[in-house]
Amino acid sequence: MFQNIGEMVLLLWRTIQSLPLIWRQRAKVFDQLFEIGNASLLMACILSVFIGGVIALQTGVLLVDRGLGSFLGGVVGVAIAQELAPVMMSILIAGRIGSAMAAEIGSMRVYQEIDALRTMNINPVHYLVMPRVVAIALTLPMLVIFAILVGWFGGAMVAAYNKHIAISFQAFFNSLRDTVEFHDVRNGLVKSFIFAIIIGLVCCHQGLVTIGGPRGIGRSVTKAVVNSIVLILIANYFLTRVLINID
Amino acid sequence: MNGPASNHSGVRVQVRGLRKSFGDQPVLRGVSLEVEPGETFVIMGPSGSGKSVLLKHIIGLETPDEGDILIEGESVQSRGFMDKYRMAMVFQSGALLNSLNVAENVGLYLTEHRLKSPEEIRRIVAEKLEIVGLTGSEDKMPSELSGGMKKRVAIARALVVEPQLILYDEPTSELDPLMAVTIAEEIVNLKARIHVTSIVVSHDRDLAFGVADRIAMIADGEIIFVGKPAEVRACTEPGVRKFLAAEFKLNKT
Ligand SMILES: Nc1ncnc2c1ncn2[C@@H]1O[C@H](COP(=O)(O)OP(=O)(O)O)[C@@H](O)[C@H]1O
Ligand SMILES: [Mg+2]
Repeated sequence: MFQNIGEMVLLLWRTIQSLPLIWRQRAKVFDQLFEIGNASLLMACILSVFIGGVIALQTGVLLVDRGLGSFLGGVVGVAIAQELAPVMMSILIAGRIGSAMAAEIGSMRVYQEIDALRTMNINPVHYLVMPRVVAIALTLPMLVIFAILVGWFGGAMVAAYNKHIAISFQAFFNSLRDTVEFHDVRNGLVKSFIFAIIIGLVCCHQGLVTIGGPRGIGRSVTKAVVNSIVLILIANYFLTRVLINID
Repeated sequence: MNGPASNHSGVRVQVRGLRKSFGDQPVLRGVSLEVEPGETFVIMGPSGSGKSVLLKHIIGLETPDEGDILIEGESVQSRGFMDKYRMAMVFQSGALLNSLNVAENVGLYLTEHRLKSPEEIRRIVAEKLEIVGLTGSEDKMPSELSGGMKKRVAIARALVVEPQLILYDEPTSELDPLMAVTIAEEIVNLKARIHVTSIVVSHDRDLAFGVADRIAMIADGEIIFVGKPAEVRACTEPGVRKFLAAEFKLNKT
């Protein structure tokens, strides 16, 4: 996995270089945006309710037992905005969208469609990679905003309706408003933007280096998803370190 | 991103000492050949002898281990080479983009490089599809086409480029005899019309002797004979005789 990082940095560079062509490729970017939104919105919603719920449940019981129930909204609010929403949404997108990208580009590679593009002097990075990376980088942060809001709501529901916790909606959101600051949400978005680029690059790269027939495509898809998730979790730690120092 | 100046003339192709191995399997073992501008050069040889790999080198899709490929004296590996010359390749499998319909596939070169207006592209696409006998198939998806139809769409897509060098990888292998004749005629017509250099890889003896200015025989990654069709017929080289004779037998079964 790590021997590919050099190639991925190169792919990132080529993608950045091709950004001026974004207007020309806008139709492809829109196609991708639509596909990503369509494929992930419902799933993101369900996932976020349960993530908010479980974190409220775990911390709620702990805090209420110690008489700190009034902090619950803040704890849940920060945990979701800073960590859970960006990480879980990125993993969702890696599994749902990244896998499809690796499969599509991988099959184009195996069935010589990419060779055909090159003979027509069409750069596969401009034609395939850039629109996909841009689309993920635009949608993932939006999805994360959505997931944060839904996650907070899920947390508040559990806090209110769990008999052991029993913290009202209002108390939960008061605590949340007192604790969560703009930078908590901003950090979540910054993270998700970087995770999006990781997913786009890893999955497109895996697709482009696919060899062998249908089994090769399967191998690429697995590798793309696993490598994306591993890199996201590693990057998450270091990003958190950096972002904590900034605030 | 415009194509090069539209000087409608073929290019000279030189392959010099080309060697290529995949892993420890040598595929091309020192291939040298020279194709004149506007010539139709046919490469024949048993399957697995490295013909497709040779074509991919000529259009710059593979990097040689040794040796080089020069087009008009310039290495195909050099930077910006593809911006200077218009080249096209008809892949053995067609290699159509599966996510695009026939019209989008055929017009792809023009749309991506923004060479023509959408109406003009539509007209050119229809014209090229007519040449390959697929009028009205614009909206079909590649998955709805037979192997031979895919091949014909791929040929139409190559014609759209108005290439200076066109490479055909077994252009008639999946076509019925009538369509094979049509394609052979188009290979000849294209040469007459825009004086294109054509390199054709084929098993099809009729095609080879019909369209070729010269024929090269390749076996095990080496060129064993090059000559005019008449010279190939007269050739007594055992490798060449064996291949031609074997083809006769195949044709009879
Ligand atoms: N990308 C590749 N990787 C490994 N081996 C290859 C590759 N491409 C071609 N080969 C091998 O090179 C040999 C020649 O292939 P090819 O040029 O396709 O033959 P043909 O003359 O039938 O077109 C075959 O043995 C094939 O297995
Ligand atoms: Mg072949």
